[in-house]
Amino acid sequence: MLKLKPERLGADDFKDQPISIAGKAFIADMSGALYWPSERALIVADLHLEKGSSYARNGQMLPPYDTHETLEKLAAAIDRYDAETVIALGDSLHDVAAADRIGDEALAKLRIIQADRDWIWITGNHDPLISSRLGGLVRAEIDVDGISLRHEPRSGRVTHEIGGHLHPAARIYLNGYSIRRPCFVGNGRRLVLPAFGSYTGGLNVLDDAFVPLFGNDGMSVWLLGQEGLYPVAARILKED
Amino acid sequence: MSMLVPPPGRETSSRRSAAAAPRKRTTARQRAKLNDPLHHLETPTEAALPKPFADWFQNRGWNPRPHQLALIEASRNRQPTLLIAPTGAGKTLAGFLPSLIGLADQRRERKGAGLHTLYVSPLKALAVDVARNLMTPIEEMGLKIRTETRTGDTSAARRQRQRVDPPQILLTTPEQIALLLSHPDACHLFADLDTIIIDELHALAGTKRGDLLALDVARLRSLAPEAIAIGLSATVAKPSELRAYLMPQSSPESAIELAHLVVADGGAEPNIEILEIEDGVPWSGHSARYAIGRVYEAIGRHKLTLVFVNTRMQAEMIFQELWRINELQYPIALHHGSLDARQRRKVEAAMAAGGIKAVVATSTLDLGIDWGDIDLVINIGAPKGSSRLLQRIGRANHRLDEPSVALLVPANRFEVLECRAALDAARAGVQDLSHARGGTLDVLAQHVLGMACQRPFKPDSLFAEVRSAAPYMELTRATFDRVVDFVTNGGYALKTYERFAKLVATDDDHVRLAHPKFAQQYRLNVGTIVDAPMIKVRLGGRRTRPDGSARKVMAGGRVLGEVDEYFIEQLRPGDAFVFAGEVLRFEGLRETDAFVSRAAASDPIIPSYTGGRFPLSTHLAERVRNILASRCAWDVLPGPVREWLDLQSRHSRIPLADEVLVETFPRGDRHYVVCYPFEGRLAHQTLGMLLTRRLDRLGARPQGFVATDYGLSVWCGRDLDVMISRGALELGELFEEDMLGDDLDAWLAQSSLMKRTFRLAAVIAGLIERRHPGREKSGRQVTMSTDLVYDVLKKHDPGHVLLEAAWADAATGLLDITRLGDFLRRIKGQIRHQALSCVSPLSVPILLEMGKEPVAGLGREDALREAAEAMMRDATRGT
Repeated sequence: MLKLKPERLGADDFKDQPISIAGKAFIADMSGALYWPSERALIVADLHLEKGSSYARNGQMLPPYDTHETLEKLAAAIDRYDAETVIALGDSLHDVAAADRIGDEALAKLRIIQADRDWIWITGNHDPLISSRLGGLVRAEIDVDGISLRHEPRSGRVTHEIGGHLHPAARIYLNGYSIRRPCFVGNGRRLVLPAFGSYTGGLNVLDDAFVPLFGNDGMSVWLLGQEGLYPVAARILKED
Repeated sequence: MSMLVPPPGRETSSRRSAAAAPRKRTTARQRAKLNDPLHHLETPTEAALPKPFADWFQNRGWNPRPHQLALIEASRNRQPTLLIAPTGAGKTLAGFLPSLIGLADQRRERKGAGLHTLYVSPLKALAVDVARNLMTPIEEMGLKIRTETRTGDTSAARRQRQRVDPPQILLTTPEQIALLLSHPDACHLFADLDTIIIDELHALAGTKRGDLLALDVARLRSLAPEAIAIGLSATVAKPSELRAYLMPQSSPESAIELAHLVVADGGAEPNIEILEIEDGVPWSGHSARYAIGRVYEAIGRHKLTLVFVNTRMQAEMIFQELWRINELQYPIALHHGSLDARQRRKVEAAMAAGGIKAVVATSTLDLGIDWGDIDLVINIGAPKGSSRLLQRIGRANHRLDEPSVALLVPANRFEVLECRAALDAARAGVQDLSHARGGTLDVLAQHVLGMACQRPFKPDSLFAEVRSAAPYMELTRATFDRVVDFVTNGGYALKTYERFAKLVATDDDHVRLAHPKFAQQYRLNVGTIVDAPMIKVRLGGRRTRPDGSARKVMAGGRVLGEVDEYFIEQLRPGDAFVFAGEVLRFEGLRETDAFVSRAAASDPIIPSYTGGRFPLSTHLAERVRNILASRCAWDVLPGPVREWLDLQSRHSRIPLADEVLVETFPRGDRHYVVCYPFEGRLAHQTLGMLLTRRLDRLGARPQGFVATDYGLSVWCGRDLDVMISRGALELGELFEEDMLGDDLDAWLAQSSLMKRTFRLAAVIAGLIERRHPGREKSGRQVTMSTDLVYDVLKKHDPGHVLLEAAWADAATGLLDITRLGDFLRRIKGQIRHQALSCVSPLSVPILLEMGKEPVAGLGREDALREAAEAMMRDATRGT
């Protein structure tokens, strides 16, 4: 049960939130990563590395710092939980040629955070192939302790599943503000992770794309703020 | 950023009737006013007019006006010229006469495609209207001159043909010129160009569109060195800026080149009145609902009334209110930029045909379009600037010898003061001063790519050409090179995009486009108008499911018009709002379409309305302060307003003209601090943000603030008077100018206003595409990605040229930092503090805005935390 302090909760109380999926305990982190304490594994989805250079190829010179930025954020999350295993849930690269475009510095950074831990790349629709240049194991999907980890969530009332792909985001109105943020969305039996990459947009969880996953059974949403992760009542969510 | 110096009004001419006896020699009074040797009003003779033209004037029963002859003469001498004339002075004809005369002379030799005159207008509709009016003299004189328009609405086939086989006179917009210049055939197309007429120059210069046009004109001059620019403008306080705009500039070291100036005589004194309703002026708000009956009566007494409002939403509301009481069933129409173009054309045609009694309009009708015989202009709400007011009232009675008739309708008490100030300014013929500003770098980036699309360029020569455009006169080579770098590969400190470069060097010191696909991309992204992304409003309706429940229809449906995304974002499905003169229910948003149904509710919710789009001009603000400060000026104010000010002087204090009043008082469990800078809403919002930060640091626990055009109020959890008496707070320090340093930087990094400004610059500079062949991007997605891009860029490349461009825009635009800085310097040592036991009369209108606008200042993060806490409380209560 949640404990409430007598007055207000401070910023530190929202750094992470406990989440239960099919009876197993996880910690959702404000960065958008999911930590699995019993497996000492950190799970992230949709890094979309080299999205900036993918646009640059077509003449749109987005700032070339997105890969660096994403890896920094990932390194910080790994450090926070001292994860032994890292699982990237697909679309880790923005396109199949992305691995060749990663700069030496970013690659070195990746090597450092991969050192002394297991690293699993799950393939996604953007990265059906993952270059050996990036190290780690490559799998289409994996099962860990009865939970399936895959890129694209299966349609229907699937349970025991953690996925990404959809880039969930939620919108609420508060004090006259409209706030739209990436979010975790789940129903206790399955969970969809927010996109972790720095140039990734989001899809509203009230969009039709989420209906096959959660039906009308209700869902829980945790919004990523700038200073914390906030569980928000589903009934106050708004469409775009 | 410097203010243009001389006292306002110096260069405006006498406001006397010119139409009566144009043949007459100028009067002594006029000569005294116009002793500038550049004025040629005294010299032109009938000989200036070739026979068919002189005959045409005679047949019409007209005499050519002195300024029309002066322009013919100037053109003959190949002098770039600025013509300043009020509406109705035959300004447009004056601009075209030299070209018509030139084209009537068939002996001309052709070097290129034969395009002789380019007419540029800020509005599509204006170009179309002028083309229509131009047909009259051409047809009546039997001249063989082909004129055509070219706008975004022109068919692709026709635009294609115009590039190969142009008319002799082409009427178009700045964006179309940029497009024409991006093709290699531009050299041939413009080789014969003789005259560039820029209409409504005062509305273009000093804006990003004006920057783009200035750069394009610089290129046109390179392609056709003989061509001259003629600028047409309404009266402005200081014409030098516009005169410089029309001339090629040599170098920043030498003197600024100024175009020849012709000032036409003004018309009769405008007849302006303020609507006085003795006991009805509301404390706050912008609706002017209280006056609707009187507005209706005034409409009834006139042939055709133009009702001007400041925003589209206000237009919708006034239109609704007028129809609610329209017992006589007057044909009253609505006209604003969000409406579907066809609907607007219908209103315009009806106006011209005389089938309409009144039109409620926003600034879409501000500029010189001649729609009919308007005999009354009503301005609802405060005019915000004296120049704007003069232009609006100039719409009434296009015959110069009859005075324009205008009625000002203040919507609240502060607006009474502002209307009074505007009226005094209008009677004195005083215009607002504008701030001179340098050309923007995002526009330059767009232009550099456009020039590469035309043909390979030498950086040295392009730099020289760019600097010949007045807005870019002071551009340094280093900045120019950074912009070229930006276009080439993004110009980042981290050089990883070299292999994707858009521009590559050639063997002969030129720079060329790396791939033709970039030219295609450029043409899809050209232009500087990046309003908030527009959302189409579609009437979808609701259908009933077999089980009886309602189903939203989110496909198809008739398009009623477009609204800002910003507006739609404030709506929740189910909200009723007024649009296109109907009450609509918002059903939801799908991509860039907002689906609506007809609402049953008779009382629409009009979503929070944040005042006029234009902040109060500096000059009017000063006049308002002066009216407040001098009691004898109060005599002309309506009774309730006088009593209100009286009450204020007894209860608190009336600020002197050069001081700023700061009041503190408790109310409920909050402690308020209210100040009255009169510097406009944008500057006040910025000030509010910065004061809140400072008060927070001082431990005053600020909870929010509200800003209006006149003042702002911050409320805090701690008693500020106690803090002041204990020395924990010092007002002079609170308003210290250094808040524009670190505080501003820190706040800006997070500010959504800054992100909006950045998005604008990013789209114009071509970093973010508006559209992409085969892959249409909605504005919504653009919003998402530019915020992310901004955050990353700010962190890793804080000195990037695009951030510099966005910062410069913010300083003059949405944040109005320039003006705030002037204010903070002005009030140094002039802060007058009044500690009160309860709310002051003057503060009431500002506090009343609190419920109507989203409470600014409260962080979004706080809001999220509250939502989470509420959720957690629910959860714990349930167990």
